[in-house]
Amino acid sequence: MPGKTLFDKIWESHVVTNLGDGWALLHIDRHLLHDLSGTAGLYELAGRSLPVRNPELCFATPDHAVSSAPGRTGDTFAGGAHLYHGLLQLATRSSIRLFDLGEPGQGIVHVMAPELGIVQPGATLVCGDSHTCTNGGLGALAFGIGSSEVTHALATQTLLQQRPKTMRIWFDGKLASGTAAKDLILHVIGQLGADAGTGYAVEYAGPAIRALEIEERLTLCNLSIELGAKMGMVAPDDKTAQWLADRPYAPQGALFERAREYWNSLFSDADASFDREVLFDAGDVVPTITWGTSPEQVMPIDGLIPAIADAPDERHRQAWHDALAYMGLESGRPIVGARIDWVFIGSCANSRLTDLRAAAAVVRGHQVADGVTAWVVPGSESVKRAAQAEGLDLVFRDAGFEWREPGCSMCVAANGEQIPPQARVVSTSNRNFVGRQGPGARTHLASPAMAAAAALAGAIVDVRSL
Amino acid sequence: MEKVLKITGAAAPLMLANVDTDVIIRIERLMGMPKDQLGRHAFEALRYREDGSEEPLFVLNQPGFRGAPILLAGANFGCGSSREGAVSALWGMGIRCVIAESFGDIFRNNCFQNGLLPVQLPPAALDVLSREAMTGVSVAVDLVSQTVTAPRGQVFSFEIDPLRRDALLKGLDDIAQTMLREADIIAWQRRDRESRPWIWEPVSGHARPEASA
Repeated sequence: MPGKTLFDKIWESHVVTNLGDGWALLHIDRHLLHDLSGTAGLYELAGRSLPVRNPELCFATPDHAVSSAPGRTGDTFAGGAHLYHGLLQLATRSSIRLFDLGEPGQGIVHVMAPELGIVQPGATLVCGDSHTCTNGGLGALAFGIGSSEVTHALATQTLLQQRPKTMRIWFDGKLASGTAAKDLILHVIGQLGADAGTGYAVEYAGPAIRALEIEERLTLCNLSIELGAKMGMVAPDDKTAQWLADRPYAPQGALFERAREYWNSLFSDADASFDREVLFDAGDVVPTITWGTSPEQVMPIDGLIPAIADAPDERHRQAWHDALAYMGLESGRPIVGARIDWVFIGSCANSRLTDLRAAAAVVRGHQVADGVTAWVVPGSESVKRAAQAEGLDLVFRDAGFEWREPGCSMCVAANGEQIPPQARVVSTSNRNFVGRQGPGARTHLASPAMAAAAALAGAIVDVRSL
Repeated sequence: MEKVLKITGAAAPLMLANVDTDVIIRIERLMGMPKDQLGRHAFEALRYREDGSEEPLFVLNQPGFRGAPILLAGANFGCGSSREGAVSALWGMGIRCVIAESFGDIFRNNCFQNGLLPVQLPPAALDVLSREAMTGVSVAVDLVSQTVTAPRGQVFSFEIDPLRRDALLKGLDDIAQTMLREADIIAWQRRDRESRPWIWEPVSGHARPEASA
């Protein structure tokens, strides 16, 4: 019998009913609900007079539509108050565990769920949010869905899914000093394209991945959807088990040992075959930043903004032309030195404790440049408290950063927190789409260290030059 | 859900790669606005100028393509955010079918949930369609025969999953279909509680995060 991939093992163990042609009714082990799609799904379910089938497998927290202002409540951003209160009421009525503002557990769904041990290797996990792929960093089969599918999962604890193709991205070598998991995945998206992963479940493997810490793996998997793949994963290992041990919703005691034995079986067999395999050397990666309005429009920090003539085809030429015009950039010039107005450190890509430490290490003892507004938005209440316990909040505040309350904030700008039109921002988030951070906002995606360095310089800089 | 059989009409070419769902509908339009009001906000960054007036160069603002039921697109149409409002916004503009080189996976699923037909054709076929559609002559999409007929009569076949095709043709509701399989779900969960008790135990014990934080 041919070997199985990590994906095969998890998929096959969750098939409730095989429907033919690669379709299956798939059991969902964990369902995360937030104040946009979660509230919408719960309302839709109530409208159909259906109960939540397995509320004990659902976890809710407000993140998208709540203010990140210090001292905020669910009403501070008036435009999101009905969604916040709706989530509270509907989750409570359905006996779904909810982590409210100010409580440990509240935060961006893809930050709080791993940190509470809700996400586990070999589990299936969904959320009405495309960055659900983040959770694959712990070896879960995690993917984003729309609000109709949210309703389906609430009603039946299953989803109708078509088996994707499999891709393995193998990384030899190791990351050089000054580069991070963010640079690695931006490099991959730039090389392969924003649609390379469409229709695939991606597994990241190889020595460079084994060397990554769990929070770095979460960052890596977070941008799988920016590669087009709705699922991205890393096989669990000892680091995964150690990281999960003693987390509130992870198994405890004898059950933990039993779970760990199972987790040890979750890897791609040596003779497993993938539909596509790609090889990278992590040592080739330098600090990487986006220049355009698609996450595939990336460049090495020490490179030149590309010429439109170099685009692969006519459709990309048009997209590159539009992107340069929107971003206010010229082909053939260095990106280093471009003046910036804003820095945003946060989002489900890069708002965990290690991200804040990396940024703080750059910031310590320096000042944010004149004319730059710089924000740090921790990913969760627990991250915020842990960072404060280490004094990181003071490092940022002393330098002139704003230290804010946990949530999605300016990554998706659903809570009224926007970058002004034509302002240039270096952001640790995952999307540089037209208008994503506010109408006309010009977003450059980069690692936390690169964003911190830009805040100090008032311009895009190579963090290695500091 | 409305049944989908055949869609005929003007096909508006928006031949860009990687049109994301943020561009299709801005997130703040989804903060409580009813689904049927989203159409006028579809593609707003491309469709309107800063002063709020229409951008005349945008294809769906041009006289022949206003209200076009078919949109022609490049690769990876609907990539990015999972927001289902992107489908509602297209629907609200009158679009019933998108023909693209490829689609974002989540967006494609959302289309099927709402009766908007996503048709995938190779770049060469889209070149023909987008060139000929500029004349404003109708394109015909037939889900029964799985064909797209270009303005000058060239016919392109497309693949579509039988399960999805069947659901569209009959206007089936996924949730109602799955609820018919409740016995399978019960049986699966009973087995899983035995083989993976850790998936079920810690969460049913009503642990609180404070307990070990």
